[in-house]
This record gives sequence, C-alpha cells and structure tokens, in this order.
Amino acid sequence: MNQEKRKNWFLTFLLLPSLFLFIIFTAYPTIRIFLTSLFLDTGIGGEAKFVGIKNYIKMFHDPVFYTALKNTLFLVIVVAPISLLLALFFAAVLTTGKFKERNFYRTVLFFPSILSLVSVGILWSFIFNPTMGILTAIFGPNAPAVLGSKKTVMWAIAIVMIWQAAGYYMVMYIASIDNISKDVYEAADLDGANGWQKFWNITLPQLKDILSATIIYVINGTLTISFSIVNVMTDGGPNRASEVLTTYMYKQAMNANFGYGMAIAVFVFTCSIIMSVISNKLIYREESTDE
Amino acid sequence: MNKKWKSILFSLLVRIILIFSSALVILPLLWNIITSFKSNTEIMENPWTLPKVLHFENYVNAVVKANMGAYAGNSILITLFSLLILVFISVCSSYALARFHFKLRKPIKNFFMSGIFIQPVYIMIPLFLLMTKLQMNDNRGWISVVYAVTMLPFSIFLLYGFFKSIPTDYEDAAMIDGCGYMRTMFSIVTPLARPGMIFGFFAFWNEYPLALVLLNTDSKKTLPIGLQNLMEVQKYATDWGALFAGLVILLVPTLVIYSLCQKQLTQGMQVGGIKG
Repeated sequence: MNQEKRKNWFLTFLLLPSLFLFIIFTAYPTIRIFLTSLFLDTGIGGEAKFVGIKNYIKMFHDPVFYTALKNTLFLVIVVAPISLLLALFFAAVLTTGKFKERNFYRTVLFFPSILSLVSVGILWSFIFNPTMGILTAIFGPNAPAVLGSKKTVMWAIAIVMIWQAAGYYMVMYIASIDNISKDVYEAADLDGANGWQKFWNITLPQLKDILSATIIYVINGTLTISFSIVNVMTDGGPNRASEVLTTYMYKQAMNANFGYGMAIAVFVFTCSIIMSVISNKLIYREESTDE
Repeated sequence: MNKKWKSILFSLLVRIILIFSSALVILPLLWNIITSFKSNTEIMENPWTLPKVLHFENYVNAVVKANMGAYAGNSILITLFSLLILVFISVCSSYALARFHFKLRKPIKNFFMSGIFIQPVYIMIPLFLLMTKLQMNDNRGWISVVYAVTMLPFSIFLLYGFFKSIPTDYEDAAMIDGCGYMRTMFSIVTPLARPGMIFGFFAFWNEYPLALVLLNTDSKKTLPIGLQNLMEVQKYATDWGALFAGLVILLVPTLVIYSLCQKQLTQGMQVGGIKG
C-alpha cells in the first residue's frame, strides 16, 4: 500500500466514527427541533400531523409562554451582569498579588461551578426552607417562605445561579489577566499610576475580547442552567411564578405536546444561536487568520 | 502617610469582602456535611449545633434504603464509559484535523465546532424521541455514547488547540523510528487529553437533563436523578438525614477530583472555557 492511500485509510478510520455519532446524536436531533415544531405531534405511537406555523401562533397567544419569557429575561438581566461584575472584581483583586492566601479564595470561589446543579438546587431549597434551614436560624420562626412566594421566588433562584456561576467566570478572567505582560504594569508603576488607574487603563482594555465572549457564555448558561435549577427547586411554582422557557418546553413535551414544546425550544435555541454566532466571530477571529 | 493609610484600608475592605464571599460558599456546604450526620429531630433544631453523636446510619439508610448505592454505581459506570468513548473519538478526530491536510478538513472542523453551543437541554426532547424509536432508551450503554457526543465538540476544540501548540518534530522522529500512525498519535496524545477528560468527568458525573429523559427504570438511574426523586419523596416521608447523606455522596468525588486536578482544569479553561 502506498503512503497516500495509507494516509487516507487512516483519516477515514479517525474521523468516521465521531462524524457518524455526531450526526446521529447531535446534528439530527437539532434538525428535529425545527421539524417537529411544524407538526402536531402527540406521541410516539400516533402519526404526526403537519400544521405549519400553528404551534408558533399558539405560542404567541399563550400567557404562560409570556410568563416564562418574562422570568427567563429577568434571570438574564439579573444573573448575567451581577455574575460577571463579581467575577471581574474577584479576578482584579486576586491578580494584584497583594494577598498571600489568594489561591485559597480562588479555589473556594470556583468550587460551586463544578458542583452538580441538582445538588446546588436541593441544597439551596433547604437553605431557603422556612422551617429547618439557615434562614430560620437568622429570622426565627417567622422566616419568609422565599420559594413559596411569587414575589421572592425569582430573586431566590437568581441568587442561587449567581452563587453557582460567578467563580467560573472569575477563573476565566484570572487566566486572561495573567496573560497580560507584566512590563506594562511595571511601566505604569514608574509613571506613578495607582491600582484603580492600572485596572481601568491597562487591564480592562486587554480583556475586551474575553469580556464580550463571557457575556455570550453567561447568557447561554443562564438559559440552560435555569432548567436544572428551576426544575429541582420549584418545578416552576408557585403557580407558574418561576416557570422559565426551558422548563415550560420540557413540560409541554412531556405532556405529549411535542410540536408545541419544540416551537418553544426553537424560540430559545434561536436566541442562543444568534448570540453564539456573535461569540464565534469573536473567539475564532484570531485563529482564522492562520488558516 | 495619608496615601498609605488609604491603601491599607482598601486592602482590609477587599479582604473582608473576599472572606465574606468565601464564607458564603463554604458555609452552605459545611452545613450540608454537618446535617448529614444529624438525627431528624436535630435537623429541625438550630442548624449550627453539632450533632451529639455522629449518625452514620444516615449514610447506611441512603445507600441501602434510598438506593443511593445503586445510583452511585450507575453514575460511576456511565461516567467511566462515557469518558472512554469521549477520549477515543475526540483524540482520533482532533488529531486528524490538526495534523493532516486534506480537502474536507475545514468543513469537518466547522461542522464539529458548530456543535459547541448545542446544549443538551435544547436537544433532550428530540433525543428522547429518537432513542425511543431506536429502542436505545433506558440503556446505560447508549446514554454513555450520547454523553460522550455532547462533550465531543468542546473536547475537539481543546485538543485541536493542544495539537497545534506542539511542534511536529516529535512525531516526525517517532515516524522515522518506525512507529505507525496509530502509535505515534497515542504516544503524544495521552498526556494532552487529560484536561478534556477532567471537564468530561464533571459534565458526566453531574449531568441532569439527559438522564432525566433517557433513563426510566429506577435501577438504572444516576445519582442526580436519584437524589431529585429522593427529595420529592422526602417532602412527605422526612428522612432528611439520608437525603443530606446522599448529597454528600454526590459531592465527595467532585471534591476529590477538584483537589487533585485543579491545575489541569484551569489550564483547560485558559484555552477555551465553554461549558453549559
């Protein structure tokens, strides 16, 4: 066998299994989201009926969809900026190198982001539990039922999601700040710049790319993580007050409204794709130049 | 002098914030661990008192009565099997994409990369329908394959970067020494695949949405699903101790891997850092 032929066989062997699996278990299901959303599909046994955009029309007339949309937007607006600002603050103060125990803070603050979302959800449901949790110890017997009240439930979920996510972005920022050349800071020191000036004039401009990328990640993360957190902590309750788009999609599909569930999925997914395309442009911009 | 005081005061303030934030992370977890050793009546009392005796029977109850032992076994099995598949398919494909020049290289790479933002939550329902139709549902082997594929784009992304960052001299030398393509690939790859595997471990061990729809039989379920069911049951049955013990069982492997592999994990995040 000649060299060229051997190489081609080897390449086929390397790429074929992963391509095959990727098409079946990722590409095809993704296409199916869009296709199913055009059908009245009530289950595995029955024949699906093509209904065009009827599921979408139904969606835009569904008050629960708007509740879920409102709650999802609330989470994006609250969780995304607070997580990133906290992460940026921690990264900035931990990279100045003043604190001997900075590795301890980094290790601890990152930890929640690798915990199972289910255990995070269960743990915090107990912390918010008005009869046995930590809140009872603080507020006494009249502790508020945070997860049982329409007014507070979304804030409680937002707090949990910030607790979970901030450390993750902190580590990403620390990695980027560590990559900035130390000479620039030394030069600034000679010019007599203070810590704040250095952060504002050197660190922040250098972080421009990673900042834009993390904005996309955190929004995408909020869309998907909210599914697990809400499903475990409140199941969308009380009375739909904490329903988010992904949990509503899941409920509709599990109620054998596959078509309608997938219309909601298309909506969320399209929002996330639009943001991902933007972020892809940002991440791969450098790399594509050497291709 | 004034400036120095200001800087000391600022450092102090920042340190207080850092200690406070760390406490916000540590205390809930500590509370979880302490509570897992308490009796049911103690749990309902002040959360910060220590248990009078360590109620290890909570763990026995969790493992035996609440089935946590079986769930943990499934989690270990599925995590390991998924990692095995993931390493094999991602090493093979990223090596091909990074080290060889061929016509379809760029389209194939872009095809894989387009999957990086397709989160399991979005495709969980179509996957459920597909797996049901193919009768691959409720099967620990097939869910492992699905898990591996969900991490494939990110692993390729990481490994591709690593392959590109090391010079080809090493492989050329290996080839001249008479190693075949296969041996050359695995000789340089094995140490590099580790960060991707650590990401994979956390993703698989903690995975929730897909396990929720793809596993129905109780004896096949994983720890996260088992714990969620236990929480639903405990709302009425109240064996809180066992539930907290179950949470610790889920937590411990994460803690161990994290303390052992923190460096590789952050190294991986430096290269990419995309996770749902």
